[in-house]
Amino acid sequence: MNGGGGTLLKLAGYFALLSLFAIGGGNSAVPEMHRFAVDVEHWLTGQQFADSFALAQLTPGPNIIIVTLIGYHVAGVVGALVTTLAMCGPPGVFAFFVGGASERFKGAVWHVTLSRALVPVTIGLTAASATVVATTAGYGWMGLAITLGTALTAYYVRVHPLWAFAVAALLGLSGLM
Amino acid sequence: MTSSTPLPSSPDPPISAALPASAPPPQQVRPSLAELFIAFATVSLSGFGGVLAWSRRMMVEERQWLTPEQFNETYALCAFIPGGNILNFSVILGARFRGALGSLAAAAGLMGPPLLLVMIIAAIYGHYGDLPALRHMLTGVASAAAGLMLATVAKMARPLFRSGSVSGPLIALAIFVSIGILQWPLPLVLAVIVPASIAVAWVRL
Repeated sequence: MNGGGGTLLKLAGYFALLSLFAIGGGNSAVPEMHRFAVDVEHWLTGQQFADSFALAQLTPGPNIIIVTLIGYHVAGVVGALVTTLAMCGPPGVFAFFVGGASERFKGAVWHVTLSRALVPVTIGLTAASATVVATTAGYGWMGLAITLGTALTAYYVRVHPLWAFAVAALLGLSGLM
Repeated sequence: MTSSTPLPSSPDPPISAALPASAPPPQQVRPSLAELFIAFATVSLSGFGGVLAWSRRMMVEERQWLTPEQFNETYALCAFIPGGNILNFSVILGARFRGALGSLAAAAGLMGPPLLLVMIIAAIYGHYGDLPALRHMLTGVASAAAGLMLATVAKMARPLFRSGSVSGPLIALAIFVSIGILQWPLPLVLAVIVPASIAVAWVRL
């Protein structure tokens, strides 16, 4: 941990900016968070980032909670609070005003256009997130097998995430032996 | 998403006969600040790996604060706004019922409990994070989460590729390569590709 006002300011500024680029949900921003927190700032190792991602998946609630873990890792409880507020604040304010105005724009042409334009962007971002998570530290043939197995199963059958995680945790554990 | 049947459990004919045709449905109740907070806290704590399904069950089926159509419209709107979809959903719904305070109550309900929980988990991880057993289990979980994301991508991509559009798949591919493989900064990539994608969608309309 390396607290201090400078670090807190950097956390707040970075995540407030990032929050406005997280199109299609919190997981879209995972590669960018990895780039900045691991490669640029060296706040976490690749392994710690992958662990944080896994812990966020295991915590009930929105997936965006991964930013809380990153903030906690960098600057303790204050860091966790600052980072979470920075990530939730700007989109929240935006949503507040757009939500109020949206009744008047229902069915407008730009609505259809924007929807068509953003679907491929969201698909690309989600695929990138899966790749970045899958290629971080500690990932071998067992990890690859789990990723592909889960992807195929979830594509054809409805799988509750907790079941997938439980089986994967056991398989990961068995890879130890 | 299911069809437009409003209330599965209610015996329809007598009730609808008793109401004038244009009467507001029972969804027009105005939940209090406390009710908003509790509803979103419950949704949040029961939602693993995404909260969409739980929020729909709570808002449409249990509390009947929204009709299925209202839920779909509101949720589609949330996808356009940056940030976590469900967070935006809580803000918009809170505002619709109780203004700015409603937004705060709903968002606090959504984020508060997992925030506390994840900090406890982080503290535990700080103590035991180096254990090989825990490390391997977390790697397994991260691998599975990556797999779930790939399945979501495949499901979302299917209609895109079937639509016969060339630009859509190309844009998805460009995003994937620049962010996922080359690991370029997200704001830079989006600043170039999103306007291009909007322009293409506008022309094709």
